[in-house]
Amino acid sequence: MCVASCLTQRMVSDLNSQKNDIIQVKNLKTFFYGKKKFLQRERPVVKAVNDVSFSIRQGETFGVVGESGCGKSTLGRTVIQLLKPTEGQVLYKGLDLSTLSADQMRDLRKEIQIIFQDPYASLNPKMTVRELIQGPLDVFSNDSRSDKLAKVRKIIAAVGLREADLRKYPHEFSGGQRQRIVIARALILNPEFIFCDEPVSALDVSVRAQVLNLMKDIQADLDLTYMFVSHDLSVVRFICDRVAVMYLGKIVEIADKHALFEEAKHPYTEALLSAIPVPDVNVKRQRILLEGDLPSPYNPPSGCQFHNRCRYATKYCSVAEPALTQVDGEHYVACHRYSAPEKMKTVS
Amino acid sequence: MATAKQSSYLRDVLKRFFAHKLAMVGAIILIIEILAILFLPSIMNLDPYSIDYMSFGAPPSAAHILGTDDVGRDNFARLIYGGRVSLTVGILSAIVSLLIGVPLGLIAGFFRGKTEVVIMRVADIFMSFPSMILILVLASVLGQSITTVTLVIGFLGWTEFTRLTYASVLSIREKDYVQSAVAIGEKSKNIMVKYILPNSLAPVIISFTFRTAQAIITESSLSFLGLGVQPPDPSWGNILYYAQSISVLANQPYLWVPAGILLVLTVLSINFIGDGIRDALDTKMSI
Repeated sequence: MCVASCLTQRMVSDLNSQKNDIIQVKNLKTFFYGKKKFLQRERPVVKAVNDVSFSIRQGETFGVVGESGCGKSTLGRTVIQLLKPTEGQVLYKGLDLSTLSADQMRDLRKEIQIIFQDPYASLNPKMTVRELIQGPLDVFSNDSRSDKLAKVRKIIAAVGLREADLRKYPHEFSGGQRQRIVIARALILNPEFIFCDEPVSALDVSVRAQVLNLMKDIQADLDLTYMFVSHDLSVVRFICDRVAVMYLGKIVEIADKHALFEEAKHPYTEALLSAIPVPDVNVKRQRILLEGDLPSPYNPPSGCQFHNRCRYATKYCSVAEPALTQVDGEHYVACHRYSAPEKMKTVS
Repeated sequence: MATAKQSSYLRDVLKRFFAHKLAMVGAIILIIEILAILFLPSIMNLDPYSIDYMSFGAPPSAAHILGTDDVGRDNFARLIYGGRVSLTVGILSAIVSLLIGVPLGLIAGFFRGKTEVVIMRVADIFMSFPSMILILVLASVLGQSITTVTLVIGFLGWTEFTRLTYASVLSIREKDYVQSAVAIGEKSKNIMVKYILPNSLAPVIISFTFRTAQAIITESSLSFLGLGVQPPDPSWGNILYYAQSISVLANQPYLWVPAGILLVLTVLSINFIGDGIRDALDTKMSI
């Protein structure tokens, strides 16, 4: 029904956007409002995603890292429209997702999938594995029963489950196997873009590598694009191509993986990287310890939100908010040390 | 598709149900009762209305194994026919409550907002009525027939199902697997029916059995008070009505004790079955 109009819209906006960007996020904001308390003038608000812009290229794995509660999952869920953005746009292949009707969005779900963090919570306990994996097919395809079953068989073989598992219920599996079911469900419609919401953080270290390798193999086979959210930097280093670092709802640094891990610019990224454990007792490392806790998201600091924990901060940082600026090539950072070094020294 | 899906799930549920001892005891008692109620009248040629002019209020004998009541009707026949009435009223009125209550609770919990406020506040209003008095009033206004008693008890019981369904829907709609249903493009109706409803049904089903038991008791209470099923139609409640007379209570236990025992047994069995169903529906229980 919408195909014609969607297509024209796509073609028009394709001209304006870079051809190989599958996702473009422009000034995205997702706010959560609390209940107004007695004698309070305004409703308390958590700016979980606060004015975030980036783009994801076809075929790459885009990582988002940050502490718990910094808004990385919210960002991902807003990108795939499981949450409604408060402001801003998400363009999927140049198509503005916020302009779509509920039906059009539902139709697009076959190209955009999600792998959840907790494989114990993301599978309907009342469905068998076959029903779970076949669910997306039942929604979108008119194949015959046997064709659907054939597809299900093919996909469970690809993720390393057995034929006999199809009749079982999710609770009969271990965490790693359940995550394979979740991956199979996300893959069955041949999607183009998958949002991975900490897909391995609930798993044992021993199965983590298996699942990550599986995801990498599948990506190579199917030319998938991943948006990969994690708080585990070694996982991100293993699987991602480009990485964004989030702090209190904002992106503070975006860079190619190698650039980020070798020459981090933002002091927060530096601190995160210094916290990666190195499996060698003889290596002496300079840990950068952050002072204080993550500030309350209800009441974030003024200026640069990181200034109260930053070892380089000056007065200027608590006044002005730094914008994401290009430092070299593909490396962007939101820090006054790069955007306004002279002001940092002079303003007091 | 649908048949294969259900048969595998049903088989697992039945397996677990059969392994539940108390539920099986309850089911067996209830099945025997239902068989007796259905077939004994034609086998033994029972008639709850015919009057034996030779014996009024007679004690048990070969002709009347539980004696006769004060107008000479066979007490055993009335007990069996009364069971038909009591069980029918109990089950049908619980079904009426369920059919009204569960969809309302599901809708209120899923859509939230204004729908939720309207449905839940109406439920609150209904719950704050003294239901027995309301039933008494309605029964006397609408006329005292088996149908009215069933409908009135059923209609006034919906709030319990609404609140239960609503409460579990609220917790289940936030689960990741419901989000996953959104992510694979399921329609709202399917999300409610395939993802939320099956996972919120367990408390509703136990509540259904309790409601059935309660409805049987409510019908009996009404009939005991003389406002439910009216003689000459028999029901366990109006058989117990005899016990209002001190002399019957003391001297003719064969008139009311069997009805009382059957009532207790039935209610107990239904409650056991409810427990069994709840455990059987829980896929996490080992088979």
